Amino acid sequence: MSEEEARIWNELGKITDPEIPALTLTEMKVIRSVRVNGKVTVVFSPTYVGCPATAQIMQEIRTCVAALGYREIAIETSFTPPWSTDMLDEDAREKLRMFGIAPPPDDASDIASALELAVHCPSCKSDQTTLESSFGSALCRQIFYCRSCRQSFERIKPI
Amino acid sequence: MKPNTPLQTLLLSLADDELILGHRDSEWTGHAPILEEDIAFSNIAQDEMGHALVWYSLVETDTGRTPDQEAFEREWDSFTCCRFVSYPKGDFAYTIMRQFLFDQAETVRLESFLESSHPGLKEAAGKIIREETYHLMHSQGLVHRLGDATPESRKRMQQATHMAFPQSLGIFEPLEGEAELVSGGVFAGNRSLQAEWLRRIIPVLHSVGLSVPADPGGVRDSCIPDYGGRIRDHNEHLKELVDNLQSVYRSVPGGTW
Ligand SMILES: [Zn+2]
Repeated sequence: MSEEEARIWNELGKITDPEIPALTLTEMKVIRSVRVNGKVTVVFSPTYVGCPATAQIMQEIRTCVAALGYREIAIETSFTPPWSTDMLDEDAREKLRMFGIAPPPDDASDIASALELAVHCPSCKSDQTTLESSFGSALCRQIFYCRSCRQSFERIKPI
Repeated sequence: MKPNTPLQTLLLSLADDELILGHRDSEWTGHAPILEEDIAFSNIAQDEMGHALVWYSLVETDTGRTPDQEAFEREWDSFTCCRFVSYPKGDFAYTIMRQFLFDQAETVRLESFLESSHPGLKEAAGKIIREETYHLMHSQGLVHRLGDATPESRKRMQQATHMAFPQSLGIFEPLEGEAELVSGGVFAGNRSLQAEWLRRIIPVLHSVGLSVPADPGGVRDSCIPDYGGRIRDHNEHLKELVDNLQSVYRSVPGGTW
């Protein structure tokens, strides 16, 4: 990565995810690459293709790059490889916990078996939790219930 | 306007299926029997519309017609969705049965696209199939629960099966120019997809005691496939839906938020 590209990458890393403000776009791993050759090309991978935040995120990327003085900006969408919760690193997972959302399991390559694993409540750490619904307040989340602290909580669903 | 190529015909049929079913799913927002299902159907509607956007975008790279133009500027009788997705949402049993039959079909279709000679189709399928896993788990889980719960739920699920099954065969109505796509390795073709789909759905339905109004070979004439959608021969249900879907867009042409 050139110095110029690193500078853009760094700025993009300051934009927070509209649906998960605890994480930035680079921590969410939705920015795939930044290329500068005359024009700036940012490759972006949506978490879910129907995610309603996508248009806003792309607009924010454009505004951010334009503020650095670039005129020609292309934002490309890529599904190769598809965005996966496996891409989130430990630091990002801890930030999710602090924010009150349980992180996804480490390995979501097989979704059905990922769903078999115990889930820890982000507030009391108990594993006495049950999946209430695989659909939550956003496409990327599911709803759990903690029997220890008797609270509902959300988890980033393995994908 | 130039006639569609076989690939565009395929992509538009996929996109239209998702858009129209997504709209039907969204009709449960605020009305589902329990809160979890309200949330589930609102999520699924959003996902299906996202999938429609992906397929329409692939058409756009060929034709320059944007997803919004496809979804909001075409007349209702230009859509090529199967009739199955256009019918009113009915009761919750019908909704679940339709979603289950469709989710299974979509999964079979996407698996075929994973082997496609067309890179765009293959790439999109790799993304969408992961999201579909959750849809199928949801609808199949409810077929299991409702198909085998109370006498009332069994009765309703059986009625839903009888109504939805012949309609759902319309998903696999042959497309114009399909032979070219099959020989070019773009996808496996609707005949073979339907056969695979039957192999998957019949055991699930039988496992909860639901009978299907045709044998897996589909030779009994008591089960006539509800064809027409792929050749734009629709009914008033789609007209009503599309009027509703396009009403805001058409009231302020070219408007933006
Ligand atoms: Zn707890």
